[in-house]
Amino acid sequence: MIRVLLPAHLKNLAHVDGEVTVAVSEPVSANGVIDAIEASYPMLRGTIRDPVTGRRRPFVRFFIDEEDHSHDNPDQLLPDAVREGRVPFIVVGAMAGG
Amino acid sequence: MSGVRVLVGTRKGAFILTADAKRQKWDVNGPLFGGWEMYHLKGSPVDPNRIYASQSTSWFGQLIQRSDDGGASWQPVGNEFRYDGVPGTHQWYDGTPHPWEFARVWHLEPSLSDPDTVLAGVEDAALFRSSDAGATWQELSGLRQHDTGSSWQPGAGGMCLHTIIESPSNPARLVVAISAAGVFRSDDHGVTWKPITKGLLSEGIPDEDAEVGHCVHHVAAHPSRPDVMFMQKHWDVMRSNDAGESWFEISGNLPSDFGFVIDVHAHEPETLYVVPITSDSEHFPPEGKLRVYRSRVGGYEWEPLTKGLPQENCYVNVLRDAMAVDTLEDCGIYFGTTGGQVYVSANGGDSWDAIVRDLPAVLSVEVQTLA
Repeated sequence: MIRVLLPAHLKNLAHVDGEVTVAVSEPVSANGVIDAIEASYPMLRGTIRDPVTGRRRPFVRFFIDEEDHSHDNPDQLLPDAVREGRVPFIVVGAMAGG
Repeated sequence: MSGVRVLVGTRKGAFILTADAKRQKWDVNGPLFGGWEMYHLKGSPVDPNRIYASQSTSWFGQLIQRSDDGGASWQPVGNEFRYDGVPGTHQWYDGTPHPWEFARVWHLEPSLSDPDTVLAGVEDAALFRSSDAGATWQELSGLRQHDTGSSWQPGAGGMCLHTIIESPSNPARLVVAISAAGVFRSDDHGVTWKPITKGLLSEGIPDEDAEVGHCVHHVAAHPSRPDVMFMQKHWDVMRSNDAGESWFEISGNLPSDFGFVIDVHAHEPETLYVVPITSDSEHFPPEGKLRVYRSRVGGYEWEPLTKGLPQENCYVNVLRDAMAVDTLEDCGIYFGTTGGQVYVSANGGDSWDAIVRDLPAVLSVEVQTLA
């Protein structure tokens, strides 16, 4: 199972607390994780990736073990630490005011 | 017992304000969707328990929420707003071509006859329709693909389609307004469109009486006379008696003819309301006095309505979708401000009370009159 940490707005929208876990078939990629999140929590469809273009939203970033993976190919294999459940895949909303 | 339900969209959530027909004692429910921009909420005229809401942020995009129980519970529905075909470009602020990009839903207009049908006015300007209660959305692309579409330009708030008027007497007729393209009419259920801007004059554009390019802020019409329309333009308050074929100015003695809102009394089709704002850069009331102006003669002659409204040091704005009227016997008038106040007049504007004073900046106000 893949551990995922969502930002507060999306946790509220999905009615979840803390981390969520989702099953993602190999090879585990960022797109695969988001696909699984959207399947488990349909109310999050389009909130992390634009529903029309499929691209990560500009104010959303992906972190793993304190490293920014936002600009990686979203279909590439994620690090073992995520795939083995040792660290979460973190979805972060940009720290912008408003 | 009859009453009202006021749906308030703000920069940081939605609020539902309810009262009986006296409109003196209010229950305040909210914030709903706290932290999200709630551009607009509106109930179905056919089924008041059916309410649609536009929820968005710059971070996580657009959602549409639907309630089937009068706002007690909500469920997200479809949020895929896909432009029809290759979207092409419109003009950017500097006149260069800019790709059409979906940003948000500004306005939701539930059908007059079917609670599962709703129209959405979006930024970048386009009109979408859902016929399955918001689950899926299809663009009425004849509007955006009008010959003038590539020359449309955004107003300061973005290129938004903010006004949708359905004609109760002619179901094929739709009128929409876009900032800063103008006002358009369809007489075939939204398939084809034409600009209806004859008579509009806008000093801020290169050709003052151009077919498109006018920054229309809001348009209102009384349901009994949908072809008589009233417009608050960037500057100028305008009127059309012929479904928009021609417009003429009715600003009359207003202290400023700049503003955003305009609305019509529920039972008096010649009684209008506007809130004058100082200028296109000074988005606050003239002299720091919050005054609603009422015309009982369809324009030209306006009277200030001040009782209960702050008459000094008031520098709020009233945005384009932030005024509404109920249909109770003594028509109630409502408006919300960027300072977070929502005011009600239960006597057609003669006096005002604040329902709430400290909400986040109010983006929209709609009211449902409940049996």
